Order: sequence, then C-alpha cells, then structure tokens
Amino acid sequence: MIRTQRLAAGVCALLATLAAGLAFPAAAEAGEPTSGANAKVDLVLDVSGSMRTRDIDGGTRMAAAKQAFNEVLDATPEDVQLGIRTLGANYAGNDRQTGCKDTAQLYPVSTLDRTEAKTAVATLSPTGWTPIGPALLKAASDLADGDGSKRIVLITDGEDTCAPLDPCEVAREIAAKGIGMTIDTLGLVPNTKLNKQLSCIAEATGGTYTSVEHTDELTDKVNQLVDRAADPVVTPVATEGATQCTSAPTLKSGLFTDREEFGQQRWYKVDVDPGKELRASVSVAADRAVSPSYGVLLRAVTVHGREIVRGESAGNGRTDVISTGLRYPKAESDADDAPAETVCLQVTNSFSPASRVKTTPGMPLELTVDVVDGPSKASDVASFGLGRGWWLLGVLVLVGFVAGLLWGWLSRWRVAVWRTN
Amino acid sequence: MRITRMLGAAALLFGLTVTPAVADSSPSPSASGDDSAPTSAGTSFRTAAEVDQGQEATASASTGDYLYWSFPADAGQRPTVRATVKLPASHAAQTWQVDVYDGLRRRQSCQYGAQTRTAEQGSTTVELACVLRTVRAWSEPWADDPLPGTYYIRLTALNLTTADLGQPVKASVRVGSKDIGGAAAVDGSLAQPLVPGIAVSSKSGSEDGDTSKAAVLSSIEPDGGWTSGWWSDRWVWTGIGAVLAALAGIGGYALTRGSGRPTRVPPAA
Repeated sequence: MIRTQRLAAGVCALLATLAAGLAFPAAAEAGEPTSGANAKVDLVLDVSGSMRTRDIDGGTRMAAAKQAFNEVLDATPEDVQLGIRTLGANYAGNDRQTGCKDTAQLYPVSTLDRTEAKTAVATLSPTGWTPIGPALLKAASDLADGDGSKRIVLITDGEDTCAPLDPCEVAREIAAKGIGMTIDTLGLVPNTKLNKQLSCIAEATGGTYTSVEHTDELTDKVNQLVDRAADPVVTPVATEGATQCTSAPTLKSGLFTDREEFGQQRWYKVDVDPGKELRASVSVAADRAVSPSYGVLLRAVTVHGREIVRGESAGNGRTDVISTGLRYPKAESDADDAPAETVCLQVTNSFSPASRVKTTPGMPLELTVDVVDGPSKASDVASFGLGRGWWLLGVLVLVGFVAGLLWGWLSRWRVAVWRTN
Repeated sequence: MRITRMLGAAALLFGLTVTPAVADSSPSPSASGDDSAPTSAGTSFRTAAEVDQGQEATASASTGDYLYWSFPADAGQRPTVRATVKLPASHAAQTWQVDVYDGLRRRQSCQYGAQTRTAEQGSTTVELACVLRTVRAWSEPWADDPLPGTYYIRLTALNLTTADLGQPVKASVRVGSKDIGGAAAVDGSLAQPLVPGIAVSSKSGSEDGDTSKAAVLSSIEPDGGWTSGWWSDRWVWTGIGAVLAALAGIGGYALTRGSGRPTRVPPAA
C-alpha cells in the first residue's frame, strides 16, 4: 500500500515537472486546507484607568497598545475576521455593579476595514474598572457562530477587579461550551498576581500567556497570534462518550472532542472490518491546577468485555496534556461477508484536582480514530527471514566446504566401488 | 594456492557487491532547500508545526508555553532530537524538558541524551537532546516500539516560578537521524505509516471534487516518500553467503580430487 502511494506520488511529481503547475493543485487538495477563511479573532483590550501609567518605552501603556494595534491591523491577513472589544472604557465612576458590566464592542467581528478599525482605536482613553470575566463572556458570544478556529486575545495590565466571578473559571466554561475556542493572554508590565491569573486563563483553554514590557514585543506577539488563527487546523467533532459500552456512540475515522471529569470513564465504539487496523489515540488536557501525578488509560475491549489491547501513560510535573494510543489489527477472515467487529474504547484518567479547584466542567478530551488497512504480518524476526553478518557467512562457508568434501569423497568411493566391480 | 585464489576471488566479489549496499545506507532525509523551516511552533498536537529532518525550526515563545513540532521518521532510522532554548537575561532556576511522542501520541523513550536539564539562575541557554530507539517497520500491537510515521516533539519548562511566567524565550529544534540499515530490518510492514488522520486524508484525497476544506492532522512525509520496506542489505549478505558457500563447496570437492588426474592411473596411460 505504501509502495503504491509512493508510486502515485512519483507519477504526480513527474506530471508536475512535465506540466508545470498543472498537476500540483490536485496534490495540494488533500494537504492544503483552507479553513482559515473562517478564522475569527477577537482582541479584548483593557482600557481601565491604570493604562495611563507611563512605563512602556517612556509612553503610557495605552499609547503602546494603540501603536501595537495600528501595526497589527495593517498586518492582519485578509481571510481573518477580526473584532475589537474593550473593557473598562466607558464608566469612570465608583459603583462596582456598573463598573463590572463595562465592556463594549468597539469593532464587530467581521472582515476588516482597516481605516474604520484604526479610527475606532484612536478614540480610546483609559477610564474605568477591569471586568475581565464579563468581557471574556461577551467576547465568546461575539465569536459564537461559525465553525472555523476562534481566538480571543486578551490584553490587560491589571488583574480582574470584579470578584467573585473568577475569570479562570469563566475561561474554562467558555472552552467547554465552544469548540476550538482559545484564549491567549498578554500582560502589560505584569506583577506576580497578574502573571498567575493570566496564565491560568490561558492554560484553561490551551492558549498562551506572554508578559510584555515593550511596544514591539506587544506588536510581534499579537501579530503572531492573529497569524496563528489564520493557520488552518482540523476542527474536532463534538461527541459524548457513555458510561458503558452498550450505550456508547459509534465513531468513524476522524478527530473527536469530549469532556471527562476527574475519575470518570468514557466509552466509545468503533466498527472494525476484518483485515483492517484500528488506530486510536487519546489525550486528556489538564486545563486547571491538578496534583502532580497523573495518568491516562485507553483500553480496546470486545463487546463481551475481554481486553484486546491497551495504551497507558503516566507522568508527573507540570503538563498541558497526557496522551496515549493503541493499535488493533483485526485478522483477515476467509468468509466474504464476515461482519465488522465492534470494538469498545474505554478512556479513564487518573488526574486529581488540586485543592479548591472546581471539578466541573470536565477536562477536555481529544480522541483520534483511524481505521486503515491492516499490516502485513511478520513471519520472522528478520526481513523476509534473510540473514546478515559474519557469523552467517562463516556458517555458510563452513557448511558449503564440508558439503563439497563429503560429495567429493562420496563420488570417489562410488568410482572405487564401480571399478572393483 | 587454490584456496588463496578462491578467497581472493570471493573477497573481490564481496567488495563489488557490498559497495552499492554501503552507498544505499547513507541517510536520505535532508532539508530540501526550497521549502523553508517553520519559524513558529504549535501549541498542541493538533497544531504542531511540521518540520523536516535536517531543518532547523525556530520559534519565539514565552516561558510556560508548550511548544509542539512534528517530523517524519521512517523505518531503519534512529532519530535524534536536539533543542536549544535561549532564556531571558534574568530568571530563576528552571527545568526544561523535551518529550517525543509517536503518531499515536504514545510517549517514546529516549535511549540517551539530556532530555531534561535545569538552567541555573542567570544562564542564557539550555541545550536538550533525545536519541530515540530505532524505528522498525513493524511491531506487535502490544508493543510501543517506534514505527514509521509522524513524531511529535514537545518542548516545555517543567517548573517555573510565577515571576518567570510569560518571559520571552527563543527556541530552536533540529532533528537528524542515523541510518541503522539492515541490522534493524524486521519482517512485516504497516499498510500505512502511523500518521494521524491518514484514514481521513487518504479518503478525501482519492475522491476529487470539493475536498478543499479538509484540514489534515498531519500531512508530513519524508523527502523520498515512505519506504516500501522490502529492501535491506540483508539481501546482499545472504547473497554473498550463498556465493561463498558455493565456492567453498567447489573448493572442498576439488580437495578430494587431487591435481586432476587419478593417482592410480600411470601418466603414460
């Protein structure tokens, strides 16, 4: 099979060289997706009073942010839909209730009109509170529709001032609701507390946290994040595993996502035809503080409960994800209409939550399933049973020599016998 | 006399046949100059940046990020992953680690190399290395031997002080591999390499039409395509062995026959 693929690739390459450029689009189709067209980014900018502080390259934080935004808006790829949301931009008063609702959409998530967006950014001036949680919730609803990759980029210089709504938990809930939603955070001249909060938000959604002390760092990072959103990625399909095999959803080849709580088990089913190979890999992400030792177990089990094969993995220390996988080649069958075997996949994790960490929603679980042609079985350890090495040569020479001697003696003896007769 | 001549001939024959085998075992993967190495890293298995063997992938990132790359490794290769991290000017002691996962996201052990290293306070770079086991063409489903396919590299800081979170770092990764050759040639082969999503991508590739939207998990392939796995220098060894055995057989036979004339027959007869 590999050989045929290689041959096909060779033919493709040949065609391409012959009819320059004509043959390549065909080859590119499979490997070059264009789901970047649906990529959406929402930049969430803190416009709270503290942004007036002059400590970034001699200017205010606000000035740095504005300059960075102008450059980012110039460099945004055409196919990215970009929006800008502010927090703390409008209410300068002391009422916490009102201050904590102060988030507004400055520029809607849409195909970018650079001039319009820049004009909107220019009007901003540092004003109010820092309601990070509510702003993230609104930003998530800005991005709600569409099936491409979605990214929220949060730029702030101070931690959330609107407790008890923990922005970290908000981020986790956002990630649990929307598929492929990532929050990246940038801290302007951060302190330890802000570092902690922002990296917690980022880790809750598989995003990144960067601390920024210079304008060019800010520009580069936001540009990098916007470009990353434009990179096409496979969007997983949401599924919900059952607590036992009989009621489990049947999966085909593809990428799936689910949630698994601490100590929970998830079951899925895959139909494997005779002569096919099932490949499954699973990863469970630690999107919150967990105890330093953890593991994941993936088992392939028959419908009758017999374990076929398992993949297991354990680790300790800081991690984003723990993953494992398994292969199960189903033997060929002589019967033409042999039925497909239903293989149950069981996923369990041994994460345990750190103290005072909410256990719901479950941790993100990613499952890839591939049902491919079965492998050719090995009948020997060595390739085609061939030999190799000086011992092999020695043995062959010795045996050949002895055989030659024997044959020679034998024929001499036969000649002698014939003569005497 | 005859034996020395025979051995000489055998040695000549051996030299002639082995030379192509030696030439064949030189490592094939090399950076093809035209496609450039990635300048950013992915943040998950799904988004890992694809890098060819021999290329140097770079990324500017922040301390605390999990950086992912993926590379192809074929049967008979023993990949070595080298990673260098340039740290910011001031930082507390931090431990960095490079992990390698196979196409099934199973963690692969390093035979040797400093997979984990602690950067003391004030040091500017950390260098990590991981030498994997030799990639086999086939293994039993219950083993986690490295198989041909996609491999993932994850580079991350293991322990960090809160103050060090988010500091800018520069990382670079390079994958090379040693060709082990026939010594690692095993029987059997996979129908398709261990590339995630290959069942989906090969299906959508075969049916022409509206497949433009299909993003793939991994579109990676070694420079010369995946090997079919039937060739190894074992053919040469076994072939030479057969020839030598035949020659030795002839030699042994000849020894029993003397100089060519029967001893009991007088020369004048």
